[in-house]
Amino acid sequence: MRYLTDRKRAIGRGASGTGTEHHWYMTVSAVGLAVMVPTFLIIFGKALGQGYAEVHATFARPLPAILTAMVLVVGLNHFRRGAQLMIEDYTRGVSRKIAVIFVITFSYFLMACGLFALAKIAL
Amino acid sequence: MADVKQPVERPLSPHLQIYRPQMTAISSILSRITGNALIVGVVLAVWWLLAAASGPNYFAYVNAVATSWFGDLVFALSLLAVWYHYLAGLRHLWFDAGKGLEVETAELLGWGCIIGSVVLTAITIVLI
Repeated sequence: MRYLTDRKRAIGRGASGTGTEHHWYMTVSAVGLAVMVPTFLIIFGKALGQGYAEVHATFARPLPAILTAMVLVVGLNHFRRGAQLMIEDYTRGVSRKIAVIFVITFSYFLMACGLFALAKIAL
Repeated sequence: MADVKQPVERPLSPHLQIYRPQMTAISSILSRITGNALIVGVVLAVWWLLAAASGPNYFAYVNAVATSWFGDLVFALSLLAVWYHYLAGLRHLWFDAGKGLEVETAELLGWGCIIGSVVLTAITIVLI
């Protein structure tokens, strides 16, 4: 480490030291979601409004189940970071901490609920 | 000695209320609003999936909510939001590549996001 200059250690990391990872994660998840979301919207939209048996038949098939699981996990991770960024822009202090903790836990809670539902339907 | 220093009258930096709304600013904040508002549709969708996993009786109840006028409203607005956020996100990737940053091009892309999201929402509703 001591062979690195201060400039060398700081460059490309931003004020918080983690901005690069955030931006790169949002870029990767955005591209992934851009590929997945159109198909997901059609599958989900067609299933919505159908009866219990048809909904089960849809999400028991591999493609709808895997795609929905991936959209949920990637989408909610993308949401989690975007929402956290918004909170950090507009709030400060204790309310900021509470809001950030809530967004992170709520995102993972929704992921868990969705994955549990999909597993139960598909298996 | 009674010569109290008056605060210097410096010009204030113009803020949101001063500026005429501009396409670049509006399309940027719409991207944030749509992205965060999408959580409402996701909550309803996950609740609906959980209900489908729970059994026919509970599914009938949640499905009635999800396909009521309220559910239709949430999912229709979510479609509009997801398509706007989708196009605005693609525009972000394009900006990140250092392209489309001229004022006229950026404003044109903003209109493209707004009009495109309406068109794609209509197409999706026709398809499903």
